[in-house]
Amino acid sequence: MKDHGFASLRLLLAELPGSVLETHAQHGDATAVVAPGELLAVMRFLRDGPELAFDMLSDVTAVDLLPREPRFEVVYHLYSLPKNQRLRIKARVAEDACEVESLVELWPSANWLEREVYDLYGIRFRNHPDLRRLLLYEGFEGHPLRKDYPKERRQPLVGPRN
Amino acid sequence: MAEPHLLTERSPETAEDDFERDLHTEHQVLNMGPSHPATHGTVKFLIELDGETIVAIEVQVGYLHRGFEKECEGGTWYQAIPYTDRLNYNSAILANLGFCMGVEKLLGLEVPERCQWLRVMAGELSRIGDHLTRCGAACLELQAMTPFLYGIEARELNWDLQEILCGARVTSNYVRIGGVKHDAPTTFPATCREFIGKIRQLLVDFDKVVTSNRIFVDRMKGTGILSREDCVRYAVTGPLLRAAGVPHDLRKAEPYLVYDEIDFDVPIGSVGDNYDRYLVCVEEMHQSLRIVEQCLARLNRLGPGPVNTLDPRVRWPAKERVFNRMEELIQQFKSVTEGPRVPAGEAYFALESANGELGFYLVSDGSAVPVKVRCRPPSLINLAPLPIMLKGLLLADLIPTFDMVNMIGGECDR
Repeated sequence: MKDHGFASLRLLLAELPGSVLETHAQHGDATAVVAPGELLAVMRFLRDGPELAFDMLSDVTAVDLLPREPRFEVVYHLYSLPKNQRLRIKARVAEDACEVESLVELWPSANWLEREVYDLYGIRFRNHPDLRRLLLYEGFEGHPLRKDYPKERRQPLVGPRN
Repeated sequence: MAEPHLLTERSPETAEDDFERDLHTEHQVLNMGPSHPATHGTVKFLIELDGETIVAIEVQVGYLHRGFEKECEGGTWYQAIPYTDRLNYNSAILANLGFCMGVEKLLGLEVPERCQWLRVMAGELSRIGDHLTRCGAACLELQAMTPFLYGIEARELNWDLQEILCGARVTSNYVRIGGVKHDAPTTFPATCREFIGKIRQLLVDFDKVVTSNRIFVDRMKGTGILSREDCVRYAVTGPLLRAAGVPHDLRKAEPYLVYDEIDFDVPIGSVGDNYDRYLVCVEEMHQSLRIVEQCLARLNRLGPGPVNTLDPRVRWPAKERVFNRMEELIQQFKSVTEGPRVPAGEAYFALESANGELGFYLVSDGSAVPVKVRCRPPSLINLAPLPIMLKGLLLADLIPTFDMVNMIGGECDR
């Protein structure tokens, strides 16, 4: 039977206990919720630790949990090619301080994925080299995956840009 | 009018540089796309050129953004399945499968053995169609019309098979939460065996025309190289990663369905250029045909049986009971009007699609409507390192590289 990343979770808890707020392993997916301020340190540890070696940041997304506080969860899916393990890391972000640390310096794959999250949720990534909208265009108003963005809302017409 | 601007900052040249350069050219920015005859896929490139050499590229995606994730949050879990068809028009079944298996993970459902083999078979047929399009279109865009027609003929046969299986050619909508729409018709195995032979022959013909063709090899070999390290840093998966020499395939790494009982090989390349990617895709088609044959044999051995789980949370009761009994009538009514309630929680399920890791991250609050349906799109993530693949190459190298990355707009932009 495959280890679904529980070993990594145990290691993370042992090494950086203060950064991990809670953990669970629903449906076999090992998950850790980390303090937003510690995100970069936790991720660096997960990437560089020889026992962990999470060399791929395979996905970044967010969930809008309105009306819960803090409202957003930024969700990272890590994969370790040498260990064949997955780990999910989450950071909770409040609406009024809608910002987390960018991971582009650790994994370049974060670049487009964080731009997408910024585009669709309006969560900002500190120290991102090029934080622009990815899928939508400049001039789009609002962030459509937020729960309070109505599906029927119309957008102003904008001309082509370079 | 928009003002043209360069993507890179140029360093002021010194007099010595001037002597060493044989030709001065001003850098220019070329707009390519969003709709261009040499790229399949709606995407725009801003290319900074020094003569014909690519200095920098900015890729702009999003032209096909339809709000897939937002739409999924507005309906029941079942209503999202047809949307997943539209992610990738070449391999709709694989996207169906990824989503449904993600929901099954949340529900803790097991599907019957016959259904698992059917799903593997349908998924592999999809994969063949996807690779055929990729390789055929690559030839077409390199001005080779004939091999494209071989590829399309094979894809037509493949789509005919999917039509027999699902009733639709492109947007199959075949997989259901807890099963598949229906079992394969009795005529399917014989037709499938016949068509597999034809597709194999077409692949052999395709190979003879293309693989050692001088022009094809010159355009593909040594272009668009993405090293193993860069693949990992950019989370590139699928044939691109395997062409770079990493034998990573989720069908082997995290065997889902019945892949652990199936005998197939994972081809890898050595350089990670376009030619390696092409060779990997061709070999994967042969492997997929092998898998389909094994599925046919096993389905034959299993004999008729259920293809849907009996779980009342997701499947409808039998029709004769609905017509004759009160409880089943109510159950059917509620299933149709409200849709299944999925227990609160979150799950990530990933499968090996034709382009790489196609993942679905699903969050439920226990109601019949999803809180979050996230599709991890391999097309988007594989496209991001395109500037690295093309830096310093010629403008013409963009075409085969973009073809082999096989960006599918529907899945990339969602």
